[in-house]
Amino acid sequence: MAIQSKHTDRMYVMMGIVILVAITFLGRLFFIQVLDDSYRLSAENNVLRYQIEFPARGLIYDRNDELLVFNEAAYDLMVVPRQAKDIDTASICQILGMTREQFIAQMNKAKSYSYRKETVFQKQISGVTYGNLQEKLYRMRGFFVQKRTLRKYPKPIGAHLLGYVGEANQGKLDEDSYYKKGDYVGISGLEKSYEQELRGKKGVKVVMVDVFNRKKGSYKDGKYDTLAVAGKIITSTIDAELQAYGEYLMQNKTGAIVALEPATGEILALVTGPSYDPNLLVGRVRSKNYNLLLKDTLKPLFNRALMSEQNPPGSTFKLINALIGQQVGVVTPVTSYRCPRGYVSGNFRMGCHDHRSPLNLRESIQHSCNAYYGNVFRNIIDHTGKPWEGFEIWRKHVLSFGLGTKFNTDLPVEYRGIVPTTEFYDKYYGEHRWKSLTIISMAIGQGELGTTPLQLANMTAAIANRGYYYPPHLVKAIDGKPITSRFTEKQMTTIDRQYFIPVVDGMEMVFQQGGTGYRSRIDSLSMCGKTGTAQNPHGEDHSIFICFAPKDNPKIALAVFVENGGGGSKYAAPIASLMVEKYLRDTISRQAFEQVILDADLITNPPKKTK
Amino acid sequence: MRRQESIFIGIDWVTVFLYLTLVFMGWISIYAAVYNEEHQSILDTTQRYGKQLIWIGLSVFVALVIMLIDGKFYSTFAIPIYVVNMLLLVIVLVTARDVAGARSWIDIGPFKLQPSEFSKSATALAIAYYLSTLNIRLEDFKTKLIAVVILVIPAVLILLQNDTGSMLVFGAFALVMYREGLSGNFLLVGLAMALLFIFSLLFTPFIMLIIIGSIGLLAFLFQRKKTWKLGLTVGAVVGMLMGFVFSVDYIFNEILEPHQQVRIDVLLGKKDDLKGAGYNVNQSKIAIGSGGFLGKGFLKGTQTKYDFVPEQTTDFIFCTVGEEWGFIGAFTVIALFAALILRILYISERQRSSFTRIYGYCVASILLFHFLINIGMTIGLMPVIGIPLPFFSYGGSSLLGFTILLFIFVKLDGYRLQQLR
Repeated sequence: MAIQSKHTDRMYVMMGIVILVAITFLGRLFFIQVLDDSYRLSAENNVLRYQIEFPARGLIYDRNDELLVFNEAAYDLMVVPRQAKDIDTASICQILGMTREQFIAQMNKAKSYSYRKETVFQKQISGVTYGNLQEKLYRMRGFFVQKRTLRKYPKPIGAHLLGYVGEANQGKLDEDSYYKKGDYVGISGLEKSYEQELRGKKGVKVVMVDVFNRKKGSYKDGKYDTLAVAGKIITSTIDAELQAYGEYLMQNKTGAIVALEPATGEILALVTGPSYDPNLLVGRVRSKNYNLLLKDTLKPLFNRALMSEQNPPGSTFKLINALIGQQVGVVTPVTSYRCPRGYVSGNFRMGCHDHRSPLNLRESIQHSCNAYYGNVFRNIIDHTGKPWEGFEIWRKHVLSFGLGTKFNTDLPVEYRGIVPTTEFYDKYYGEHRWKSLTIISMAIGQGELGTTPLQLANMTAAIANRGYYYPPHLVKAIDGKPITSRFTEKQMTTIDRQYFIPVVDGMEMVFQQGGTGYRSRIDSLSMCGKTGTAQNPHGEDHSIFICFAPKDNPKIALAVFVENGGGGSKYAAPIASLMVEKYLRDTISRQAFEQVILDADLITNPPKKTK
Repeated sequence: MRRQESIFIGIDWVTVFLYLTLVFMGWISIYAAVYNEEHQSILDTTQRYGKQLIWIGLSVFVALVIMLIDGKFYSTFAIPIYVVNMLLLVIVLVTARDVAGARSWIDIGPFKLQPSEFSKSATALAIAYYLSTLNIRLEDFKTKLIAVVILVIPAVLILLQNDTGSMLVFGAFALVMYREGLSGNFLLVGLAMALLFIFSLLFTPFIMLIIIGSIGLLAFLFQRKKTWKLGLTVGAVVGMLMGFVFSVDYIFNEILEPHQQVRIDVLLGKKDDLKGAGYNVNQSKIAIGSGGFLGKGFLKGTQTKYDFVPEQTTDFIFCTVGEEWGFIGAFTVIALFAALILRILYISERQRSSFTRIYGYCVASILLFHFLINIGMTIGLMPVIGIPLPFFSYGGSSLLGFTILLFIFVKLDGYRLQQLR
């Protein structure tokens, strides 16, 4: 027997709801479809185009507000394949300078990427082409022009430190969704390390376009537009004139110059030789030129100033040993050692050049005596009786000068250099089976040591400051506001201030009669420096020189590294001296001296190994 | 020996006809929405319209299978089917890939299965089974509780997939409850809560306090006998309502995702979302509104052709109807849907079996809900919630799911002639 269910009448409520909903919808539809005209007008023959507004990339200035990089407008021709119908192919080809086959090929490429989305049809068309196109665009449905900006360099300097800008690759696209295919991104140098600040923010303009491809104004009065925000202005620590001069001096040579302001750690110049004109890596020619540079055997793209870490510091390192020696108590300013043209211990001999003997601490720096440091170094290592303990202490001091570590500032790339550990020697020779004599080449800055030119310059700054340094960095202000971060924090070395005095004196004596840098002195200016020669098994030795000036209240600290330059006093010291004179005095008084350096061509005819 | 009866006896051909018409119109609309000159044949399976035909074929096949299965199968196996579906939902949660923020698919070789589309049928069967059991009355608290649990399990599992739209569909079951004895007051209170919810979003809590407080005060003053008890009652009610207001505020600001907040803001007219939901609805309204009375003509909708409306083959399929067939076309589609739902309601009432009746109401409510939200969204009356238009929207799981939902009912209805209870 069927049970009649209760609440049958509720069916009517349900039906009522259905009918009510249907009627409401019909009412609304009637309103927007039949009564209200505004929708029809919105839709009528209007096509929306999303114009990405690329912001102006941030400008970069030097420390004196001289412009290093700016922007120039460029135009990309874009196409939406689905809208590209009834086009006058012939006239387009003529304006763009394409053949019909190229046109079809390019169109197919666009179609295969996306039939509906816009893609670049031709990159960076010239201003003239753009002008010609403007008239014909009405016959080119689906085509439009997108404005871009490209970098331009008023002076062809600073290629390595400024870096270059290119299209974002797939890795970048995956990593950060801000970038879309075809967007530009900084790939090296400051363009890369400050990419976030420089790139600004893209804007979008929604524009109505009719069947004749004419812009009919902003969609809904720009309600859906977002403004592009220009990139921030970067004020670099670089002194453009000094940088330019450094690159000028390094012509036809390979190597690097790094100049710092000791009081702040700001990098005044970061020069790598050989260099190249940064304008080469801009725009349409970039790909081609990049490949040429890449294949160049001299490796011009390699940023030697920051990345050349395999080279030992040579005799410049003696200063560090002098400081550590005093700190540890094995040497004083009056300690002196004989030098029978070298350091001798049993059957072992480390040669030295000809000079007066014996020498005290200051004189050992002035003459760069190897024997002196052979003694000092061994005493440091052996002073506790256990070489590995002494080495550990020595190593700690070395690291405090910024060697063997990274500074982690705003440098686009950084190599940490090489300062070996006890574990390294234990592994190589067996645990605790090595002594000071085993590793004695580090007394004179050879052996298992590696420093980048930047680290050498920083070390020099630490000595100039008599015991501390500020981490070297490239940018001093963003949008006018000085940067405040850990690179404005003082880093103390582990050597007491008083021990720097004799070392600095010794460095001043380098420029006096008998000193290794005598030829590069500047009249009435007290400079302090040290020569170095990095041994090179493959050819002529590398020439190194570090210096700072003036002796008191130093304004600049420099490290110069010239590959295959022979002794430090041959090329590196003169270059350093010229840089100092340029920076402090603004003019060069020793024209002939300068000319020798400018004429020196170590690339085309690399000097044969002397000795 | 039982006379072998044709499976076609007792089938309600009106329902089947409405189904086929809607499916067909949906298919044509998809063709118009995605029309690509390079693939002009509607049978082209590289395009969505070709693919939809395959799904249509499959759905028809499945419908026939359903018709062939004995009618008693569905009531007998209602609970097991429900359990299996819940398990699938759990499996999906554990193994599914993330597709555009929702994790709702299981990969079986080259096919993608979306269990949530079948949850509606499974839950409907389970509810129908439970509520048709002897001596179960919805007026009992225990009954209400169990019914709610049956609904809440799939709802929560689907919510965990980040598919908020599908989860909300379960709200449709409230109408079923109403028909089966749930007091109408629940619905009225629900409606009042909904209105309060909307107002809470439109105004700040402070203003709401003033409004509710004033109403409470007036209610108090209008009573003849102003006792303490009355005052306390009014105060308590005001307090509870304000509690609701604050929790709405809290949920909106702290619990809803930003894109959901924006959609609601856009719906209420508080905000014009530049690139997201606000833009979609605006484009949708333009597409439909520009259709005029007669529409722009088949394959001639400019908004459709130039891809203004996103999700044009799925959530916003109605735009194609509105733009190309105008008010006439929209009217027809709405009338067809309304007719289908009303027909299902009518058939449900003539059932002797309460199982079938309840199941029928589930079907009608679910369809009504989808219809309400989906079309409402395209014309700016509902927030942008991603749920398909049944039988119309592109999508295999969706079409299959709704076909199954509907044809189980058709079969059960046909079976009624063989039933006693």
